[in-house]
Amino acid sequence: MEFFKYKQPIDFMGKSKIAMAVSIILILASYAILATKGLNYGIDFAGGTIVQVKYDTKAPIKAMREKLQADKLFDGASISEFGSPDEVVIRMKTSSASVAKDIGDVARAALQGTGNFTIRRVDIVGPKVGSELKEKGLMALFLSIAAILVYVAFRFEWRFAVASIAALVHDVSIAMGAVALFQIDVNLDVLAAILTLLGYSLNDTIIVFDRIREGITKSKKANLTEIINESITRTLARTTLTSLTTFFVVFTLFMFGGEIIHAFAFTLLVGIIVGTYSSIFVASPLLILFGFDVKNYHAKLAEKAKREAEKNRMREQFESGVM
Amino acid sequence: MKLNYRIVIFALAIVFGIVFSLPSLLQTQSGKKITLGLDLQGGLHMLLGVKTEEATKSRIKSIAASIKHFAERNDILIDGLSFDSKSVTFEVLDSDEIKNFDDFLSKLEGVKVTHKGSVITLSLTPKEIEKTKQQAVSQAIETIRNRLDQFGLSEPVVARQGKDKILVELAGIKTPQEEQRARELISRAAKLEMMAVDEARNARVYNMSDADAAAYGDVILEDVKNPKIKYLVHEIPILDGGMLTGANVGFDQNNRPVINFKLNAEGADIFGDFTGKNVGKRLAVVLDGKVYSAPNINERIGGGSGQISGNYTVLEAKDLAIALRSGALLAPIYMMEKRSVGPSLGADSIKASMIALIGGFILVIVFMMVYYRMAGVIANIALIANLLILLAVMSLFGATLTLPGMAGIVLTVGMAVDANVIITERIRELIYEGKSMHKAIEEGYANAMTAILDANITTLIASVVLYVYGTGAIKGFAITMSIGILASMLTAILGTHGIYQMLEPKMGKSKNYRFWFGIKG
Repeated sequence: MEFFKYKQPIDFMGKSKIAMAVSIILILASYAILATKGLNYGIDFAGGTIVQVKYDTKAPIKAMREKLQADKLFDGASISEFGSPDEVVIRMKTSSASVAKDIGDVARAALQGTGNFTIRRVDIVGPKVGSELKEKGLMALFLSIAAILVYVAFRFEWRFAVASIAALVHDVSIAMGAVALFQIDVNLDVLAAILTLLGYSLNDTIIVFDRIREGITKSKKANLTEIINESITRTLARTTLTSLTTFFVVFTLFMFGGEIIHAFAFTLLVGIIVGTYSSIFVASPLLILFGFDVKNYHAKLAEKAKREAEKNRMREQFESGVM
Repeated sequence: MKLNYRIVIFALAIVFGIVFSLPSLLQTQSGKKITLGLDLQGGLHMLLGVKTEEATKSRIKSIAASIKHFAERNDILIDGLSFDSKSVTFEVLDSDEIKNFDDFLSKLEGVKVTHKGSVITLSLTPKEIEKTKQQAVSQAIETIRNRLDQFGLSEPVVARQGKDKILVELAGIKTPQEEQRARELISRAAKLEMMAVDEARNARVYNMSDADAAAYGDVILEDVKNPKIKYLVHEIPILDGGMLTGANVGFDQNNRPVINFKLNAEGADIFGDFTGKNVGKRLAVVLDGKVYSAPNINERIGGGSGQISGNYTVLEAKDLAIALRSGALLAPIYMMEKRSVGPSLGADSIKASMIALIGGFILVIVFMMVYYRMAGVIANIALIANLLILLAVMSLFGATLTLPGMAGIVLTVGMAVDANVIITERIRELIYEGKSMHKAIEEGYANAMTAILDANITTLIASVVLYVYGTGAIKGFAITMSIGILASMLTAILGTHGIYQMLEPKMGKSKNYRFWFGIKG
């Protein structure tokens, strides 16, 4: 089977203006959502308590509310369905520091008489832990970006590094925007998804860049736009196939992975779509924008080859005892 | 068919994968296995904080008590004895006595003494404060571990996290009631007692029932190391851990490790009186109802400090010192983070992620076979090998599989075909250009190499950072991702290339591009 037999380059860069406009609109929209709605920090980062309760039958949410309202401790507690009608989650902003008797025990006692239930999960995160996790998470994000920047600059060229990081920022911004739009609880798993997206999106960009680098080195043409179009067209089969398999695998995780893995899978799903798009329509046009000069690069390569040859000649002379 | 070094390495890797992943897959009794994380098997994870300032406070308090005791005993009038969280202040009314007091104060360890006329201020040195705080944490850990060992759970984890946090992980907690019991146990102060061995009747201890012992006002206690060894001790302890202000490892003249302990003023009096009257008898050091040691009393021990010598190694002495210090929790603990998962939820999570994993796996395998034909089959062999190696490495490390880790494995399946797709697409391109099968394969691998390496190394960088900065579950995710990336490079670059080289004699003659690569030649 073959969907992508290479015939002639597709003019991707010709569409890059429209794509750039779309990207900028998406990013601005994401920041607008982040600024207005804001991220809905879950207990991992904000601190608080989650109690997950499973009933034999449909959960009596109304009766539960009445029971909990009797105790001041549960002021501002929200009760919502979790994956199925017989399962609910109670979310609270408060946490308790006592080891012997915690807020989960109190909730268990308070819910007596609402039916047959089991408490399946109690997570309590104190405020101190939450802020520590936030710090560490941001640190991880910036460190990975910095480390990747250094590596790509070392392997390619600084313009490639900056372009790939710009694509990363684009992907992360839009993924975060989607998370804010759907008011998904931002917990450690969402952070993990964002960091995975970093790796994935970059992986995609590097494959395209590698091909562009190859095109620049091998081709006699000096027109960067043409080279980029040809390179992207040649990697199109791989880009599409890998993105599709990964997308479908994450999609099965999203559909069948259960409620707990939902936020993780959602963030990744958005990330895979955006990450694939950005390799072609964000990272590559930026190379042209940054004024990458093929002639210069060719001259540099020639210079390098000449130096290498010179070295070899010297070495040969030295070894044959002429020096 | 011909053998080459690539196929040999690949075959070895597959054997390694099968051998070491079998214990985990079949859940055999022996062998190194992947353990399920608490989020998958159910259990309790807690991060406890220790209120270390309380430890320094109680240290200050006992110094104040001993000053008071000294003054009363020597009829020295002092005034305004007060203490706060950092220091003790008092005034010596008779200035001739200041020197006496100084002699006494110079014996106190880790204390800075400052004079302001007749007003004396004692404060703990920063080093001493740090030491006290650190001791409070180790002591809390020791106490909690002790308690949990008695709770009868399999392998409770109690470990220090960071400088002053305690990580407690309990697998196999089944009900919220059971969990609450465990938490109450952890947060209760442990009990240390010094008890007198009933030397007159101790010889008969092995033929006595508890009721017999009770009739004499005694109790039968077991040795901590060897439950077969029993002691008969007086039920009313001489003193308890509440009177202990410290215990450290020291060395005697012969350079053997001993325990130096300190008692507060009240304890010192009691202890001095008791040891003076009972030279030659044994003193049982009891923690949580178990006898840690029962040394002979060699002489009267006054001054509230003494030595317990015995045949211990330095490590044993250290442990005993820690145990002694953990009489009453010097510093209370508090909950910083708790995650408890019921066993049924864990089972649900396993089921859901298994469905996703198997579903994704079948999807990828079928797709590769349909799209690439034989090349797809070879890629699938690499994918299966990749999974086996991933499981084997995790088993060898005794890694914990968490729910995010499961997600990492699912993702690995999706991304592992990437290298194969890149390579096969490259080979197809070269065949389109009219190259022979042999040339297309060799050049295809060479061309794909830089892209695969660069792409995977950058992803690896992200995973490593995630591992270093992640906590618990996230770490598990980062580990599976990293191993998955490395395994996919090995299987795709070496493994599939080796298979092609082995099949080459067959392929070279064949012109059936459709069968081998799913394309019309």
